[in-house]
Amino acid sequence: MLHGMKVRDLNAWYNDNHVLKNINLHLMGGKITALIGPSGCGKSTFIRCLNRMHEVIRGGRVRGEVWLEGENIYGRRVDAVMIRRRIGMVFQKPNPFPTMSILENAVSGVCLHESLNTNGLAERAEEALRQAALWEEVKYRLDDPAVSLSGGQQQRLCIARALAVKPEVLLMDEPCSALDPASTLRIEELMAELKKTYTVIIVTHNMQQAARVADHTAFVYQGEVVEDGPTSEIFTAPKDPRTEGYITGRFG
Amino acid sequence: MDRMYLRRARNLVMSVMCMASAVVVIIPLVMILFYVAADGLRAINWGFFTNLPKPVGETGGGMANAIAGTFTMVTLATGLSLPVGLMAGIYLSEFGRGRLREAVRFLTDVLNGVPSIITGIFVYVLVVVAMGRYSALAGSVALGIIMIPIITRSTEEMLRMVPKSLREASLALGATEQQTVVKIVLRSASGGIVTGVMLAVARAAGETAPVLFTALNNRYWNQGLDQPIASLAVFIYTYGISPFEDWHSQAWGAALVLVVMVLFLNITARLVVRARQGR
Repeated sequence: MLHGMKVRDLNAWYNDNHVLKNINLHLMGGKITALIGPSGCGKSTFIRCLNRMHEVIRGGRVRGEVWLEGENIYGRRVDAVMIRRRIGMVFQKPNPFPTMSILENAVSGVCLHESLNTNGLAERAEEALRQAALWEEVKYRLDDPAVSLSGGQQQRLCIARALAVKPEVLLMDEPCSALDPASTLRIEELMAELKKTYTVIIVTHNMQQAARVADHTAFVYQGEVVEDGPTSEIFTAPKDPRTEGYITGRFG
Repeated sequence: MDRMYLRRARNLVMSVMCMASAVVVIIPLVMILFYVAADGLRAINWGFFTNLPKPVGETGGGMANAIAGTFTMVTLATGLSLPVGLMAGIYLSEFGRGRLREAVRFLTDVLNGVPSIITGIFVYVLVVVAMGRYSALAGSVALGIIMIPIITRSTEEMLRMVPKSLREASLALGATEQQTVVKIVLRSASGGIVTGVMLAVARAAGETAPVLFTALNNRYWNQGLDQPIASLAVFIYTYGISPFEDWHSQAWGAALVLVVMVLFLNITARLVVRARQGR
């Protein structure tokens, strides 16, 4: 059984701007949960609160609890660095390290935490690149610069980089919004594969994408979770009129 | 139709002016190189690099001690200023907050704007008077003080150019702030930082006034870091204002050596950076 996450009374601010208000949500282990909502509703802030990346931004402040396997990641003695090792993240724009090769990128996170020899690193890189469905495309050019890859390949490299650290949860903040449809499809297929091993949480402004990949969907609106439930229910029988308004395209 | 022609004419005029200005920018450099090369080459021969200066009245002689002196002082000055400048730049870009950072940044700019002769007088009072003599060390301190703000500000600028997305990528992988700065940010900015350091080195190699006040000059080999030392810049100055024709010629030669040294440093730094990044 994979660990899920429980969010309790989560509030977040940018300086004086109260962007997340009393969020309570259960993110199920071994499933894909999609966070949907119009631009500026706070869904990106929310996902960044799940691995303590919100506080990295100047003026970012969080109050509340987020539980991962019996541990509150905002607990007083908890180290944000250790939390980020357990909860990996993929960003909107592919951001491989430009000075590093494909191989170095894949193991860049591993090198921070473990001292493996060259063989161990190569094995870990292959494993992660296979999981990210990139291995076949790069196995003969591992020493090329990461920036020589296409956008979609770079994003899969970023996924591999996050997976190589062996996290329990993978957060994806609009991972396909900078990619073309073919690359998007590849990453969506990949997600279906990943949920066997990881708890996946994805932010998307693309409702079709949520409908295609997610087991659960939460609708975020003006800093609140309006409604959450199995994806099919959210899309076919929304209970809240605001959810219905958004998924039928009346706003957002 | 008229307005279209007017717009095109205006566009043409502005384009030509911009291009002409761009040419004007490089004309001084080209002319400097040309003049220095034309007059300097005549003075340069093998002995020029290996011999000490000859006494007044004798022809020939070289400036081996001045070349060595410039190398010594610039190396020492770099050793003094590089750690400070680099770390101050990291502070300004990565860790600095609020008023202290603003103050440090402003004062760094002020230090950068202090005329170098003032720096020379300052080090004269601080080091030369205290030690009781002119020395290579005092010269290096003066040059180091001139280099620090250049290194600090260029390092800061280069670090700030590293996109936020790379820092976030690193932090999200579970890197600490220190690991992020050292392994990701510094590494990504290394090319620009090296260029900034080279600019500072070039500037130090050419400074005359502060060296005159601190290291003085020496017609013989330097006898230790606590003793006066010769340098190319001071060599050019003293020989340039001398009344002797052959000394003028040697000053041109020294100028050529200095220019070539600086160009060589710059080009090497660029090649090193390109080789490291273009893997």
